This record gives sequence, C-alpha cells and structure tokens, in this order.
Amino acid sequence: MATVAATLAESEDPGALVFAAAGEWLVATAAELDRRLRAIQLPSGKRVTFDLAGIDRLDTAGAWLLLRTEHDLAARGNAVEIRNLRSNFAPLLDQVRAGGMVVPAPHPRPAHHTITGFLARIGEISLGLFARAYSILGFFGAVCATAGRLLRGPRRLRMTALVAQMEQTGVNALPIVGLLSFLIGVVLAYQGADQLRRFGAQIYTVNLLGAGILRELGVLMTAIIIAGRSGSAFTAQIGTMRVNEEIDALRTIGLDPIEVLVIPRLFGLMLTLPMLTLYANILGLFGGCLMAWSSLGITPPQFLRQLQSSLYPWTFWIGLIKAPFFAFIIALIGCYEGFQVARSAESVGRLTTLSVVEAIFLVIVADAGFSIFFSIIRI
Amino acid sequence: MPDHPGEPIIRVRGLVNRFGAETVHDGLDLDVLRGEVLGIVGGSGSGKSVLLRTIVGLNRPVEGQVEVFGRDVLEMSDRQRRELENRWGVLFQDGALFSSLTVAQNIEVPIKEYYDIPLQLMDEISAVKVGMVGLSEEAGEKYPFELSGGMRKRAGLARALALDPEIVFLDEPTAGLDPIAAGAFDELIRDLKTSLGLTVVMVTHDLDSLFAICDRVAVLVDKKVRIGTLEQLLKDNHPWIHSYFHGPRGRAAQHSEVRALTKQEARSAAPV
Repeated sequence: MATVAATLAESEDPGALVFAAAGEWLVATAAELDRRLRAIQLPSGKRVTFDLAGIDRLDTAGAWLLLRTEHDLAARGNAVEIRNLRSNFAPLLDQVRAGGMVVPAPHPRPAHHTITGFLARIGEISLGLFARAYSILGFFGAVCATAGRLLRGPRRLRMTALVAQMEQTGVNALPIVGLLSFLIGVVLAYQGADQLRRFGAQIYTVNLLGAGILRELGVLMTAIIIAGRSGSAFTAQIGTMRVNEEIDALRTIGLDPIEVLVIPRLFGLMLTLPMLTLYANILGLFGGCLMAWSSLGITPPQFLRQLQSSLYPWTFWIGLIKAPFFAFIIALIGCYEGFQVARSAESVGRLTTLSVVEAIFLVIVADAGFSIFFSIIRI
Repeated sequence: MPDHPGEPIIRVRGLVNRFGAETVHDGLDLDVLRGEVLGIVGGSGSGKSVLLRTIVGLNRPVEGQVEVFGRDVLEMSDRQRRELENRWGVLFQDGALFSSLTVAQNIEVPIKEYYDIPLQLMDEISAVKVGMVGLSEEAGEKYPFELSGGMRKRAGLARALALDPEIVFLDEPTAGLDPIAAGAFDELIRDLKTSLGLTVVMVTHDLDSLFAICDRVAVLVDKKVRIGTLEQLLKDNHPWIHSYFHGPRGRAAQHSEVRALTKQEARSAAPV
C-alpha cells in the first residue's frame, strides 16, 4: 500500500485560500487526510477554495472527508467553493452529499465500570434470577399438567418418539458412561487403598467403594454426563426449531409443543437414567474390584463377600431412587432453555451452555437435599 | 442499453463442479465485463449460488480456471487473496451480518481489518455507508436481529461496500422483499453502480430486477451458461430460456419495463 499517496497543498490566492487536493483520496489514505483537514485553522470570514483537479482516485471515505470539511468550515463562517471536480467523481460526491451530515451511531459500551453501575448490575442479575425461577416454575406446571393428562390417556403418548429418545439418551450414552464410571471406580479404589493401608484396613476399601459408588458417585456422575450430553442436545434441538419457526408451525397445525417435544424427552430420560445408573454402578464396582485385586490382592470372590456384608439394605436403592428426579431436572431445564431461544442463532449457543450449567447446578443441589432428607429419616 | 467496451474483469474457463455423482457445472465459461451489471438466472438447483461461491473462492471446483482482475483465484497465496478480497464485496442471501455486532460495527469489520483509521473517522465512514444504502441513522446502533429482512439486506450491502470495492456479488438481493422494497433496492444498486463505478454480479430470480438493472444476463442451462443482453436472450429458442422469459411472469415484467420506459420518455419530453 506504499504506492498510495494523497496530498493537500496550501496556497494563497487573492481573496481566498486555495487547497489543491491531489493523488488518491481513498480509505487507505483517509487517516492522514483526516488529521490534515481537522488541523485547518482559519480566521472567520476567509474564503476557501478546494481545487480537486489533481485527484486521481476518490472513494466514499475521501468524498466524505471533503464534504465534512466543507460543512465544518461553512459552520465556522468560511465560504467554501469546490472546483475542478472531475465529472466521473460528481455522482459519488452527490451520493454522499445526499446522505447529509451523519451522526455516527454510538457503540454499545459496558455500563458497569462505576460503583453504581456495579450495584445496578447486581440488582439486575438478582431480579433476573427471580424472574427466571418464576418462569421455570410456570414451565414446570405446564409440563406436569400435560404429563398428567397423558398418563390418564396414554394413547396420546408418542411411543416412537419416546423410544427414539431412549435410544439417543440411553443406548448411545453407554460407552462414555461405562468408561467414566469404570475409571472412577479405579481411582476411588486406588486412593482408598492408599489411605486405608496405613491403618492396615485395606479390606475396608471395598466398603468405601460400595457406599461411595452406589449411594452417590454412580448416579451423580451419570447425571452430570447426561446433563452435558443430552440436556445440551435438548436445548440445541428445541432452540434450533425455535429459530426455524418450527415450534410456531407445530402450534398452527394444532399440536402442543410440550406434548410433542418435551414429554418424550422427559419420560425417555426418566426411564433411561435409572438404567444408566445401574449400569454405571456395575462398571464402577468392576473397576474398583480390578484395582483392589491388582494393588491390594483382594480377589474378586473376597471383594464380593466383603461388599455383601458391608452394605445396608437401602444403600443400593438410595442411589437409584435419585435417578428419575435428576432426569426430571435435566430434561426440564434442557427443554425450558430451548424454548427461551430468541430468533437468532447466537442465542442457541448461549442458552445451550446455560442449560448445562444450570442442570448440573440443580442436580448437585438436589443431591444435597436428598442427603439431608435421608439423614433425617435415618437410612 | 450502453455498449460494453470494458475488458473482462472476471474470466471463468472450463469450470466443472460436482457434488457426489451430480454434476452441476460441466465446462462452464463466463466473462464479466468491467462496469456492467450481470444477472445470473437459472432454475432451482442449476448451480447459480455455486457459481457465485466458486468465483469468490468459497467453493473449490473440480476443474477449471477462475480469474479475477487477471489473476487466477485458485492458485494464489493467502497474501494475494487478502489483497484481492478488499477489492470485492459479497452480499449473502440473508445479509450474513455478524449477530453479536451492531450494524455500524459490522460495517467497520472490514475497514478495521485492512486499515489503521482513527475511531472517530471510522464511525463517520460507517455512518456514511448506512446512509448510502438508505438506512436511517438509528439503524447503525441496532443489532441484526432487531432489523427486518429488507433492512438486513441493506446493512449487508453496506458491509459489502465498506471498502469501496470494484466488484460486488449479490446473492438474491431482492428475494423476500416486498415489491416496493425490491424496486427501491434495484434503484439503489443502479445508483451505486453509477456513482461508485461498480461491477455487479447478481444471482436473482426476480424478473423485474433483471429488466430494470441488468446490462447482460447469464442463464444457467444444461450445466453451462448462455450469456447475452436481454434482447438477445428474448430471441433465444432454448426451451427453458423461452419459457422463462415468455411465461406469464416474464411477459408481465417485460410489459411493466416497457411501460416504465415510455412513461420516463414522456416525462423527459414534457418540458420541451
């Protein structure tokens, strides 16, 4: 771009100051020209002439600079004359002149750089949170009403969609859920063995594994993986349908989007998550068992005997009972956020992230709630 | 219709595009002359948009040569490509505005990328462009999702024009606009063409805009292009071209064009 050059030469004429503009008045030279033109200082009343004979190339930016300078000088009381404009540039100058003196649009600037801005933002977020909770509660009600209606007349339940959802959220999740649970079992057994060996209580590694995986980790890990895998998919699928106006299309055909889209996902996940949890428990214990065998020399039969004697009758069920509740939370949040998508592709991405974060947060809160509940009823 | 002494600014030779088993273009040749408005028409799926995307380098053809400004687009280095890319502007079908930026910021993206310009001046330039494409001043601070379809197209055009390119590619610029807005858009293109000396390549389905602003028309038939002025194509007896221009809609567009011309002549004759 070194070849591009624009010049502005100043000379005194009888009665007027002449600026001879020459060269290429393009966006590439605009920064320099802008500086020169802004620096023009004249006594009021002085006549100014712009001689454009030397301009070889002119684009919108150059034309704008000329017109802006003309306008600014005229506002300060200097009469301006533009002469020797080449005829092929005239339409461009007219076009820019027709736009008038523009006022640049203000850029959006973050407003929370001050203390009041910061406080206002906290307030905004808190109010937003309440509004959100209220809105989720409304969605929860709508879903429950539809679910209740469908359970009374199950003929309207969409079996094909339900089974398809179960395949996607359940069967297709088997590899990742299995692998991660197996690894959790391995890690837990290794850490437990390492600590308990100091007390000569290696055999209690099995108790730790049994209670840890069956009560908490199996179901929690599965729920978190599914929130990331299926909850996000729910939001993205329903959100994309919102962007494409497919949800509106469903309504105009007389179909209830909650019945068609939410219920199969909700029921599907509520059925598959307990099964996935059972599967995760088995693989977690399997991983722990292998680790206990290799690092502590506890053979599988020993492991199973110890496991059987260490567990309370409720340990297994406590984990499994939580699964449908977690599934409900994940599906509800995933679908809810999907319906919140505005008509832009950007909001699909934003709400998908939000739905995963919210679902995991609520699952862990619910898990804490269950722990308190179980300790109150002493199981 | 003006004459076209202009040299070819885009030259496509022996273009072959294939998707799977389906051949879209088979040995297609096309010249675009400097300073003309070229309309590309063809049936659905005839590869109009693919042709446009191939010329601007978004689609790599199976075979063939694409030259823009006398240089081979397919064989150039990244650096040469960048130089080329600030000499053309592309308007995508729905504007393709960056959704996280306001209209003014959208227009500033190419300017910022290529030039080091003070913020104040850049804001002024983008505001000039907003005005040039016929958007109101307030539109500059709006986000794309706050705009109607027609406004998004205008904003997209403003971004395509940000660097005062020599060639503008328009993909269905008037599709989805009401007839008044479409007519205004045609007029806008024509005005900008005279004032900026643009070469315009537009894919269109809109017969009215073909008659109103195109100097020549390229028809995609049989995986090749038939190019000519409207008068020539109206006489063409290829079945598709014939039914395109002489079907009910084609005839209506021709008539309205004739009416507009006679009205214009009457008006210009009146004061004498």
